[in-house]
Amino acid sequence: MKKRSVYLDYNATTPLHPEVKKALIEAMENFGNPSSMHEFGRKAKVLLDSAREKVSAFIGASSDEVVFVGSGSEANNTVLSMMACPSKHCCSFDGGTKKIVTTKIEHPCVFETAKCLVDRGIDVEFLNVDSSGKIDIDQYEKILSEGGVSLVSIMMANNEIGTVQDIKKLCHLAHKHAALFHTDAVQAVGKIPIDVKDLNVDFLTLSGHKIYGPKGIGALYVKKGIRFCPFIRGGHQEKGRRAGTENVLGIIGLGKAVEMREKEMESEEKRLLELKAILRKGFQEKIPNIHFNGHEKDCLAGTLNVSFSGAEGEAILLYLDMEGISVSTGSACSSGSLDPSHVLLATGVGPEQAHGSIRISLGRETKREDIDYLIDVFPRVIAKIREMSTVYPRNK
Amino acid sequence: MESNWVYTEEVKQHFMHPKNVLKDGENFKVDGEGMVGNIKCGDQMMMAIQVENDAIKDCRWKTYGCASAIASTSALSEMIKGMKLKDAFLLTPKDIMKKLGSLPEHKIHCSVLGDKALRAAINDYYEKNDMTDKVRKEEVKVICQCMNITDHEIEDAVLEGARTYYELQERTKLGTVCGQCEEPAKKLLEQYTKKHFKL
Repeated sequence: MKKRSVYLDYNATTPLHPEVKKALIEAMENFGNPSSMHEFGRKAKVLLDSAREKVSAFIGASSDEVVFVGSGSEANNTVLSMMACPSKHCCSFDGGTKKIVTTKIEHPCVFETAKCLVDRGIDVEFLNVDSSGKIDIDQYEKILSEGGVSLVSIMMANNEIGTVQDIKKLCHLAHKHAALFHTDAVQAVGKIPIDVKDLNVDFLTLSGHKIYGPKGIGALYVKKGIRFCPFIRGGHQEKGRRAGTENVLGIIGLGKAVEMREKEMESEEKRLLELKAILRKGFQEKIPNIHFNGHEKDCLAGTLNVSFSGAEGEAILLYLDMEGISVSTGSACSSGSLDPSHVLLATGVGPEQAHGSIRISLGRETKREDIDYLIDVFPRVIAKIREMSTVYPRNK
Repeated sequence: MESNWVYTEEVKQHFMHPKNVLKDGENFKVDGEGMVGNIKCGDQMMMAIQVENDAIKDCRWKTYGCASAIASTSALSEMIKGMKLKDAFLLTPKDIMKKLGSLPEHKIHCSVLGDKALRAAINDYYEKNDMTDKVRKEEVKVICQCMNITDHEIEDAVLEGARTYYELQERTKLGTVCGQCEEPAKKLLEQYTKKHFKL
């Protein structure tokens, strides 16, 4: 099969939607500061407001419940950090946070921030997950019923294995025990339908560049009436909830991105699910000793995480790169740390499976030919690595 | 795509076209064999040597690991052909690294298994050929008596990125009880950092 360039790392980031690109180029002429009262400022303000309408409508929020921030990571840091702010000056919390609950499979921006909270005197419980990446509900209910939980933060869809949690149910349980509920929905927004009113969450995080929008723009949904403390202080922007002159271009791009998702999401996700099924079947037929990670049904349509025994992830990734295929791995060696993916380890897989994992994430520019190309290239690459390997079972 | 590759051209060549891999079903006469590392850490290497007149005539290897582990084993296998056993025994990760150009700092620990596997293979050859007097096991010295931490563990911690005494303690828990080993541990920290990271 002829070599081609195949990008299958959409969970890492996505290319701009052509319509977003167009909108950005048009908007570039408007340099005004939306806070200025003159004509230039007002023009920018109109664009900003219209984007806010689109983003809030897309998740079922009202427009004053959406705070634009610099990234999904900033939104998540904002929510967790406000729980530990002892200041009466900036924070409408009382500093009385004793305990928060999160999970062992969160994105590092939640995981690491939660660990810092421990040093600031807050108890943090990291929930276990089962082999498919679903939350241990019994443990969750037990911790909640012990009382004292101020905030629960659970991601909606996992970036590495794609497992989707039942956020509505988890949120309901948190509220029953008077805890606030935050969900990091960076990987879920624009891929599965989301209505914050139906979910009843208090905070929700989303990001632009995962849904064909620009990088450097995210949004945090904050339910009306919920207390708040800004992460970046000292400005009236975003109703005092996020200081700093707005990233007008980024916000316009995000607005356009959700507008396009609204139109394309349903048919697109159906198409990706079909492509993923073909890929999965192709792997199963042509490569022995593989294991699929994550939940079989409750999983993002475009995410496939697979482990190849006897082959190390970074080696797989770099051989694929030579063949024009771009994917991601949970192996330790790619990340610079010595430990493989904390997500895979939390699901209880052995080290060999964690080191040998590859994440393939499909998106709107993925074609059937790309999938066929993968099914052609992967078996060769895996066989080559396994032939060098000390651990791959021989004579199989 | 070709620019900004994470490794040097030399590493890339060895990774793309690894030399002296032991093929499945290959009939290679083995005089000495050594296996080091474990899958838990993500790296394992096997080195098999053929010996003639106290020198390595030929060798084969297998590696489970990342690109730099594969490349460094391949580079090592080319270096040692024809080398006297006593010289081969003295090869260090630095020698391999010189051959490869360089490796990113966090990848250096991937290259230290090759020379370890080679020494294990040489010792294995000596043992099989009644030359046990030549076998040189690497001596292990306990530095932290309370937590039973050896100089090897300190070396590994340095290779894994520890550069300060605090980082060393984080990784090994050394010196967290009576604290008497602080001075010798700091000396070793400096020594190993120099050995592996100051080319």
